Amino acid sequence: MGSHQRTPFENPVVEWVDSRLPVFTMMQKEYGVFPTPRNFNYLWNFGAIAMVMLVVMIVTGIVLAMHYTANTHLSFDSVERIMRDVNGGWLLRYIHANGASFFFIAVYIHIFRGMYYGSFKKPRELLWMMGVVIFLLMMATAFIGYVLPWGQMSFWGATVITNLFSAIPLVGDSIVTLLWGGFSVDNPTLTRFFALHYLLPFVIFAVVFLHVWALHVTGSNNPLGLEPKTEKDTLPFHPYYTMKDSFGVVVFLIIYALFIFFMPNALGHPDNYIPANPLVTPAHIVPEWYYLPFYAMLRAITFDIGIPFTDVVIISAKLGGVIAMFGSILLWFVLPWLDTHPIRSARFRPKYRAFLLLLLADFIFLGYVGSQPADATMLGLPLSLFGLAATGYYFVFFLVILPWLSKNEKGRELPASIHEAVLAKNK
Amino acid sequence: MTVDREDRRDFLALTGAAFGAVGVACAAAPVINSLNPAKDTLALASTEVDISAIPVGEAKTVMWRGKPVFIRHRTKEQIEAAEDVDINVLSDKQTDEQRVERPEWLVVVGICTHLGCVPVGQKSSDPHGDYGGWLCPCHGSHYDTSGRIRKGPAPKNLAVPPYEFISDTVIKIG
Repeated sequence: MGSHQRTPFENPVVEWVDSRLPVFTMMQKEYGVFPTPRNFNYLWNFGAIAMVMLVVMIVTGIVLAMHYTANTHLSFDSVERIMRDVNGGWLLRYIHANGASFFFIAVYIHIFRGMYYGSFKKPRELLWMMGVVIFLLMMATAFIGYVLPWGQMSFWGATVITNLFSAIPLVGDSIVTLLWGGFSVDNPTLTRFFALHYLLPFVIFAVVFLHVWALHVTGSNNPLGLEPKTEKDTLPFHPYYTMKDSFGVVVFLIIYALFIFFMPNALGHPDNYIPANPLVTPAHIVPEWYYLPFYAMLRAITFDIGIPFTDVVIISAKLGGVIAMFGSILLWFVLPWLDTHPIRSARFRPKYRAFLLLLLADFIFLGYVGSQPADATMLGLPLSLFGLAATGYYFVFFLVILPWLSKNEKGRELPASIHEAVLAKNK
Repeated sequence: MTVDREDRRDFLALTGAAFGAVGVACAAAPVINSLNPAKDTLALASTEVDISAIPVGEAKTVMWRGKPVFIRHRTKEQIEAAEDVDINVLSDKQTDEQRVERPEWLVVVGICTHLGCVPVGQKSSDPHGDYGGWLCPCHGSHYDTSGRIRKGPAPKNLAVPPYEFISDTVIKIG
């Protein structure tokens, strides 16, 4: 890694290490003088915030694992023991449980930032796709983590989500049996989930490393979506953005702390304080809030898709729902090729901006739909109809509107460079 | 280097890669297979139930393979309702006779075929859905008095487990 271009350090110890393993040179290059667009807004904090959350989750998780027991007879009690008897255990658990929510908050904002400012566009496609991989891994990790306390929502959430795989034609049931290690969610399921919940964060960490590596090859996007052309367009990462990121992290942590200390269970579900019971399904199963929009898409498909006027079913309602749910995220992988408009930032694309903000509202509405019981109504109509319409817009946005806008949206005139735009604004 | 030599080398590389892939698959197979149900899990595969204490119109829930099994002592009206259904209106076409050993006893796995919740309707005070059987609280699937899917997202009827009458009052499930 370029050790031949090294400039020597004054400190003899640093120099001794760096001449053998140039980690200090690398840190200086990637986080010291690294040229970064000068016009970041606060939305650019959320990558760093997500990184901090990942570290918080891994540190608290490792300690919690030392007190937790993965066994259907003991898990619930071991979590209660953490809450009551382990020194500071309540704090560690609330940091970890709310940390999952706040990790998702940071990542959702980070993803939306990428969509709004076109950060997924050439040459950052692979960077974006690795971000989607991280998001999928996070969803898997958070889901199996929620199973570990072995409460009612743990058990029934695990049952519903693992049963999604039974929708796969032919091999679905065998896959579900393989996932469970039995004929229902039971002890073998819990022990393997615990093993995976310990493993996956480190996989996430590895993909984050690749994500950041790719970022440092292309450099960051920025609110104008213009590539920096000269030194006037950039600032060294340190101290400008180490400072700005630190400030953002502190504000974020203050809000996070408010939840940990004053409303630690606000984002959870009270039914998970009832031990798991395979004989009784809670009246209203809801996943954690961060899955709700996708859960709404799963439930929106309540009809079989087949050849009209015959009984031939090509895609059953169950498989259709599963396809809609997973497809909604898998679409993000091809986003750079669905939106091929040459302008990156929504600031210069008024139509894209309007449709994207509508998508944001649509996504939040889907979250509301997902949080309601299956037979809920709105304005006298079944809520599932609204869920279907919102699911429809989600897919139309990606599959129809984006390709159409790519060809037909004119866009506003772009500034000549980042520094000209910034200086013009400050006049 | 001639084209001929290049082909030989390509062939060796491809063969080597193919054998490597088969080797990895062979090594992975026992690891993945270890995640399948273990012998002690399989050993819990049958259970005997005394049904003499279930009065007509009532039901009992027992555990089999970690799943609830509904045993319902059906009333005359429930049997008639189940038998009178026109099979063509069903999405999973089964007659009531195909689903019972003896008409007065309905034995089904109490797992909704949609996403695996336990439908309600075992107690007489429970909601029974629009067809007098069971209602799944998760996503609103309605089952009739034969445990057949009538309305909602579930694709199939409640499964009938393998069972036999050992005597008039004892059945063996599994």
